[in-house]
Amino acid sequence: MGIAISMTVNGAAVSAEIDPRTLLVDFLRVNLGLTGTHVGCDTAQCGACTIHLDGRAVKSCNVLALQANGARVTTIEGLAGSGELHPMQAAFKECHGLQCGFCTPGMVMSAIDLVQRHPNADEATIRAQLEGNLCRCTGYHNIVKAVQQGAAAMSR
Amino acid sequence: MGANESGYIGQSLRRKEDRRFLTGAGQYTDDVTLPHQTHAYFLRSPHAHARIRSIDTSKAAKAPGVVAIYTGADLEGVGGLPCGWLITSVDGTPMKEPPHPVLAKGKVRHVGDQVALVVAETRIQAKDAAELIEVDYDVLPAVTHPVDALAPGAPQIHDEAPGNHCYTWALGDKAAVDAAFAKAAHVTKLDLVNNRLIPNAIEPRAAVASHSASDDSYTLYVTSQNPHVERLLMAAFVLGLPEHKLRVIAPDVGGGFGSKIYLYAEETALVWASKRVGRPIKWVAERSESFLTDAHGRDHVTHAELALDKDGKFLAMRVNTTAAMGAYLSTFASCIPTILYATLLAGQYTTPAIHCEVKAAFTNTAPVDAYRGAGRPEATYVVERIVRQAGVEMGIAQDEIRRRNFIRSFPYQTPVALTYDTGNYDATLDGANELADVKGFAARKAEAAKRGKLRGLGYSSYIEACGLAPSNIAGALGARAGLFEAGQVRVNPTGSVTVFTGSHSHGQGHETTFAQIVATRLGIPVDNVDVVHGDTGRIAFGMGTYGSRSLAVGGTAIVKALDKIVGKGKKIAAHLLEAAESDIEFADGKFTVAGTDRSKTFGEIALTAYVPHNYPLDKLEPGLDETAFYDPTNFTYPAGTHICEVEIDPDTGVVQVVKFSACDDFGNIVNPMIVEGQVHGGLTQGIGQALLEGCIYDRESGQLLTGSYMDYAMPRADDVPSYQVSTRVTPCTVNPLGTKGCGEAGAIGSPPALINAVLDALAPAGVTKLDMPATPHRVWQAIQSAKAAS
Amino acid sequence: MYAVEYQKAKSAADASGLIAKSGGRALAGGQSLIGAMKLRLAQPGTLVDLAGIPELAGIRVESGTLSIGAMTRHADVAGSADVKRTIPALAALAEGIGDRQVRNMGTIGGSLANNDPAADWPAAVLALGATVITHQRRIGASDFFKGMYETALAADEIITAVSFPVPRKAAYVKFPNPASRFALVGVFVAQLADGSARVAVTGAAPSVFRAASVEAALAKAFTPDAAKAAHVDAAGLSSDLHASAAYRAHLIPVIAARAVAAA
Repeated sequence: MGIAISMTVNGAAVSAEIDPRTLLVDFLRVNLGLTGTHVGCDTAQCGACTIHLDGRAVKSCNVLALQANGARVTTIEGLAGSGELHPMQAAFKECHGLQCGFCTPGMVMSAIDLVQRHPNADEATIRAQLEGNLCRCTGYHNIVKAVQQGAAAMSR
Repeated sequence: MGANESGYIGQSLRRKEDRRFLTGAGQYTDDVTLPHQTHAYFLRSPHAHARIRSIDTSKAAKAPGVVAIYTGADLEGVGGLPCGWLITSVDGTPMKEPPHPVLAKGKVRHVGDQVALVVAETRIQAKDAAELIEVDYDVLPAVTHPVDALAPGAPQIHDEAPGNHCYTWALGDKAAVDAAFAKAAHVTKLDLVNNRLIPNAIEPRAAVASHSASDDSYTLYVTSQNPHVERLLMAAFVLGLPEHKLRVIAPDVGGGFGSKIYLYAEETALVWASKRVGRPIKWVAERSESFLTDAHGRDHVTHAELALDKDGKFLAMRVNTTAAMGAYLSTFASCIPTILYATLLAGQYTTPAIHCEVKAAFTNTAPVDAYRGAGRPEATYVVERIVRQAGVEMGIAQDEIRRRNFIRSFPYQTPVALTYDTGNYDATLDGANELADVKGFAARKAEAAKRGKLRGLGYSSYIEACGLAPSNIAGALGARAGLFEAGQVRVNPTGSVTVFTGSHSHGQGHETTFAQIVATRLGIPVDNVDVVHGDTGRIAFGMGTYGSRSLAVGGTAIVKALDKIVGKGKKIAAHLLEAAESDIEFADGKFTVAGTDRSKTFGEIALTAYVPHNYPLDKLEPGLDETAFYDPTNFTYPAGTHICEVEIDPDTGVVQVVKFSACDDFGNIVNPMIVEGQVHGGLTQGIGQALLEGCIYDRESGQLLTGSYMDYAMPRADDVPSYQVSTRVTPCTVNPLGTKGCGEAGAIGSPPALINAVLDALAPAGVTKLDMPATPHRVWQAIQSAKAAS
Repeated sequence: MYAVEYQKAKSAADASGLIAKSGGRALAGGQSLIGAMKLRLAQPGTLVDLAGIPELAGIRVESGTLSIGAMTRHADVAGSADVKRTIPALAALAEGIGDRQVRNMGTIGGSLANNDPAADWPAAVLALGATVITHQRRIGASDFFKGMYETALAADEIITAVSFPVPRKAAYVKFPNPASRFALVGVFVAQLADGSARVAVTGAAPSVFRAASVEAALAKAFTPDAAKAAHVDAAGLSSDLHASAAYRAHLIPVIAARAVAAA
């Protein structure tokens, strides 16, 4: 029942034999120990599991690991280079865009994808484009500020 | 803390805890993996109410990977989950406390009730095996609505609670209220429903339990807001374990909002089973299970009446509420619609007589317990809705009717047991009026009308009682636990400080706020202070985090421990400086002989305490590590005014919150950035309740109809506006920090502000009645009904 | 999720053969199917992955039609200059499907084969009179949608592309369910090349349908007021937690009017 799979995760080549029903999020969390990607729901709505698959934000709880075979995956652990926070991570800290931190990895991964597609997004666009990420703590106010600040920093 | 010692206090320091959360290095319960760990899955009842004729686990036991299967019959000798607050009925009888088994025994009482625990090598194997368990149910009629449950002939949920009646409780002087109503110039009457909510912390509940054969002890990692309380209840009241043999760790916790206060069946079963299995067991709730089994919030049906004189002065209020308890009494369920509800019905007003009667009913639903605000949002909703309606009926402006009734003299004894220590309600109302640009509203309304939209403005002047709680008062009211907090300040030999707090941070930022307090007091860099929380193995004791109590109670415990540190430091300094202890002053990190330049730094004193070569060993113990317990003498009373402005599309019923302004008085503020964040979050949960969220059970079958995010509407980023917030300060007189608490205010103040705004907007359409949530469908229906009636 | 076998197809015909042999199901983006499997509501014994099949990819503009490959992701439709130029309403519709993460995985072919009663693509296909092209045949829109989650596709039939005739103008407006954000009522209005008005409604009934009364009104005058004045009967419309049939019937002309205004 095991199927061979290989992909690049945060720049490192990984391979494994997996049960075909393994979700990408479980592959990341269980097989690779990358527990920064979280699971908050079972209907692919909360977005806590958001990662980048070949550079695009997807919900890793709603993708089979096999669908990422041969792909390039980036998780929250792969953002900060040698100790320095990614500009979006830094903006979340600066703007207090996180409280309990559980939705945060998915929110940050989603925000980076958002900015890549909408570099000059206004508040309404940011709010609309965050539709796929639920946060129960912040009320989104500071997340929106963080995305704006992160977008500005990413364009520099 | 003196006003001159500002230091880090009042600064918006960026949070110390953020880096781990932002880099994926947080450690939540599901991130804990223990060697040889097994996985649990709970088989749950598909029925709201049924007798269990038989359970056959034989097929499941043979399924791949299965390690063990347990049912209620296996848990002989295990107690039921306890309720921590005894409410006594008006007739003097104690509330009904039917058993709350860890695994169902003989009967299931709500959809999701846990029937069997399957332990297997993997989570999938446990779930696969659970499907093979055959349960023969005798399905019974169910009742999910609290009013239905108390009606004659309703299905009987517990033998121990005839008529599904848990208690009938009352507060206030009924005769005085009746007398006041008899002479009232005007009486406003209101029926309302406070909609049931599902907390939905984004991290689902989870637990990892293990047993150590070497010393027969247990370790439980669990998503808890109060690990010490969890340990006490589980060890002493349910499993009969010695408390010192159970270590409870609540690591990073992904939001609580009340739902992670309680002792739940799942982690209890896991601890019990971990010894029998001989291996660690992990359980993580699927979101569907969170919907079905996390304790829900609110669920009140209320009739209220307000008596006024001809000038709009409140003379008396009369409130009758029916509250759902759910199928079992959760840990603090009984005190929410009583002690935390009726006591707040005075609001910010001088209403001289208030009487409230509360009937609590068992229902075939998930238990109901504290959810952000807990009782206080329900009280505020009653008060602020009826105040609006009275203003409308009597033709008095919304801010004016409030001002005519504000309390202005403190301390103020309300007719519902509380004594407000301080406040300035005019200041927060003025502040909110400014933020909301109320003066410009008429023009905005006219402009909206040109676009075919209806604009409305709604006020809510709320008060809450936080800083739970004076233990003696709570005890007299039925609490079965103390409500103090513990704090320990450990100065390390090199002068860095580790703080151990019984409060628990699951988003509140204690690691930063508490460090600001400690660093300020000791005059050291904030980076030299680490805050440890959430581990019974490391922290002396704690009552945990809920009811906006952490800074007011937990922070004060730390302040008291700091007093001891400074006191001991003075003794050491006096010895080193060869001066009298009474001459030593401590400021800016230096112990100085008053009136001289002779001093020792805090670091020198710390080192001396641990290297006591030149030290008064005959009089003083070495070391610098102090613990304090703090039990408050009164509640704290955060208050403020929230103003909501909505625009309604009459063609679709869509309500858009175009502006939301909140001016709050939280007393002194340590970190304004964190306080604003708490307000934003609370407002969004309150707006969620008023606009979007509502837990709905099928009234016949008892099935949960809003069992996923497909049907339960959570606030998303584009459902809410950016907020206008400000604060006014009357320092709390109860604690040395002068702080009141800010965590729940947003969720308490905002629902009536929003509904009042919607009713204001819909007034031209003839709508006078509307319950939460104001969904497009419901608003459209209200408009149609008003049209049909006119 | 129940146990499942996984196979990767090299071509549409190969996929069809693998499905016929295994009795399994095609996996496109998986944004509905994997969700259903996670909740144990779907149990295909085998998944045949369509990713990477060249003939299912690509967006082409040909004499009066816009052809979108079945495995084109919603985000790619939304971002396509060809789509924005020829039928901008489709780019806007695609930009409103699910959320950004879903649009990055979900595909037009998968959405149509699934035929969720509240999906957006069926409204566009029906209103524009598009042709669903499979590896075996061409199916007209009016023959394709058969009922809730039912289509004219055979179990082993693979959609390769959808061909949309370019209309004079068109627009789609979705009135979302406040919880799921799926269409509570979604209305696609079009004025076709021949001048006729077509109005397709999703989310309001067990399957997408044409709103005859709104079409009739728009045939007389393709204006928002005309659409709004139309009467839609509530009979046959869905009634659930979030909306009664009467409310949906009321919303259809209101939303149609907004779509006409946007077209």
